[in-house]
Amino acid sequence: MTKRNIGVVLLTLSLFFIAAGCKKKVPPPPPPPPPPAETPAPPPAKPSIQFSAEPSTIERGNAATLNWTVSDATDVSITPGVGTVTARGSRQVYPTETTTYTLTAKGPGGTSTATATVTVTVPPPPPPPPAPPKKSLSELLSTEVQDVYFDYDKSDIREDARATLTRNADALKRIFAELPDAVVVMEGHCDERGSSEYNLGLGDRRATSAKEFLVQLGVAADKLRTISYGKERPVCTESNEDCWQKNRRVHFSAAQ
Amino acid sequence: MTKKTVWIGSCVVVAVIVLAAQDVKIELTRGDRASIAVPDFRGAGEAQQYMNVFNQTLWSDLEESGLYRMAPKSLYPLQVPQRPEDFRPPVMPSKPARRGEPPPRPVSRGPWLTDWSDPPVNANYLAFGYTAAQAGQFVLRGWLYNVRQADLTNAQVFGKTYLAPLSEEGARKVAHEFAADILKQFGGTSLAGTKIYFVSSRGGKGTKEIWVMDYDGSNQRPITQYGSTSITPAVSPDGTKLAFTTYQRGNPAIFVFSLETGRRLPFYSPVSSMVATPDFTPDGQRIVFSSSVGGWPQIYIANTDGSGLRRISYSSSIDMEPAVNPKTGTDIVFVSGRSGPPQIYRMNIEGADVQRLTTGEGEAVNPAWHPNGQHIAFAWTRGYAPGNYNIFVMDVATRQFTQLTHGAGRNENPSWAPDGRHIVFSSNRSGSNQIWTMLADGTQLKQLTTQGQNEMPVWANK
Repeated sequence: MTKRNIGVVLLTLSLFFIAAGCKKKVPPPPPPPPPPAETPAPPPAKPSIQFSAEPSTIERGNAATLNWTVSDATDVSITPGVGTVTARGSRQVYPTETTTYTLTAKGPGGTSTATATVTVTVPPPPPPPPAPPKKSLSELLSTEVQDVYFDYDKSDIREDARATLTRNADALKRIFAELPDAVVVMEGHCDERGSSEYNLGLGDRRATSAKEFLVQLGVAADKLRTISYGKERPVCTESNEDCWQKNRRVHFSAAQ
Repeated sequence: MTKKTVWIGSCVVVAVIVLAAQDVKIELTRGDRASIAVPDFRGAGEAQQYMNVFNQTLWSDLEESGLYRMAPKSLYPLQVPQRPEDFRPPVMPSKPARRGEPPPRPVSRGPWLTDWSDPPVNANYLAFGYTAAQAGQFVLRGWLYNVRQADLTNAQVFGKTYLAPLSEEGARKVAHEFAADILKQFGGTSLAGTKIYFVSSRGGKGTKEIWVMDYDGSNQRPITQYGSTSITPAVSPDGTKLAFTTYQRGNPAIFVFSLETGRRLPFYSPVSSMVATPDFTPDGQRIVFSSSVGGWPQIYIANTDGSGLRRISYSSSIDMEPAVNPKTGTDIVFVSGRSGPPQIYRMNIEGADVQRLTTGEGEAVNPAWHPNGQHIAFAWTRGYAPGNYNIFVMDVATRQFTQLTHGAGRNENPSWAPDGRHIVFSSNRSGSNQIWTMLADGTQLKQLTTQGQNEMPVWANK
């Protein structure tokens, strides 16, 4: 077989030279590439990090998502408040104020850090809760302020009337604090026995004395208006002392 | 002080009270009152339907004047003259009387004067006549005869023809006019045409409005329709202006009305918790009233538009109801609580010379001047429980007074008629508050209103 192979090779070569005989010169073949260098392994790379917060701005109370991808790291952690994490992941965070998260990646190649900031905006405060429905001035007066009673043909403030007026003064101060625009009318009334005309004067005196008493107790004078109805608007129409006493009064009503 | 001086002291007090209690009388008639016979008139044709109204009006005008005794109708003869021609003098029998027989009596041939002057009628005067419908008019022919005269010529006092529209209103009008002419013969002033303003609650819903009616209670109609409380009316002496207090705008205020145009006149009322009880000065140019605009309820005076406001009473008490003397224009009577319970005081229009007129007993209110400027009428509880007012009359100069009503319910707000002989007032004697009139001696009581409650009457001259 060997002799035969040599023959084949020679034949092939001769054929080759014959076929190439028309060229003047044949360039040498390129040198073979050098063999791979026998250099030491390159040093390991530093960890690379992609780290972001989505969205980067939230309203307080809402969540932001931190996303990260780390390579060449063996130990990844996020501060504050997240801790050690895997190399690739995401986490919802609920910062209560603007927070810069720092991702630290340690690897054979060293340590890298990256930051992502979540800006926390404070939402405008909600409208205050609806106030409990306010009572009208008339309602307040009818529940918290009492009529003041008088003796026949008198406008002096009796002992019981002093007590009533003192309580009324406190109630009126509360009412005026709650309803700054309120104006209260103090109506002077009389029983049916005196003349209509004289009772107009007497009712006026009753309203005025009661008002003066309240003003001395610190109720604002300009919040109190007086009016005399004499015996024109009785609450009771029978002809007996019970009824007469009910009518000899100062009544508090809301100014129109 | 010894017991004796105390005893003498109380005697003096008693004597003073007795003296003060001596009656003061408004002179209602001069001498004995004449008796007048007023038979029912009859009407021809369409006039007859109004004769009830006519006869009632004529009768009550004459009766209420207090000038006459009214001869009772039941005593009248059957033959009633309708015109002078109806009289027939009786004839004497031609046959002479025999001895022993009574003298012959005249023989009646028809109506005669003696039918009315003799018993049982016993009248001094006879008003007679008739009415008829003529050309759409209500015609009255009326005569007044003095039946004590012997013949017709001397008997006739007057005879007159009156015309009016053919209606109930017309019948009332001619009756008033005929009555006025009869009253004139006796020095009386007719009240026909005078008006009474008052306060009525008949509109309901707690409202009080100012109303007006003829002096006899007819033609009642509202002046205000505010749906509020409108009270204390006053009319100017010439009858052209009305003032009152109203709560129509909340706070009480005085409103002034022209009674000629029916329109409101400008009046700048003080803003106050009490503005009330206006009255006019006799010239009608100023208004006095009470207000607490300066603190206490006090008397103020202002022009009729409210300008020139001036305080004229100065007390630390309630001063109400000023009334200006219609004769002098310079005296004011008013009500004050300066000595305790309300009493009547007088002062001059400058506020000086203040005197108490009533004794200090009870409560005295509602003073009203007599047209003569010498007397006042007022309401007083003297001798009664609070609220039980009676009408009194006082001579302001002597302070003598007399009581006209006597405990029949509440009697308030007297106001004199222009004739000075009648008083209108309010009383609840019928069970509700109503307007009444009476003679100034307390007689001739007549109720003018019945609907709702009515009060604060004011008698105006037109």
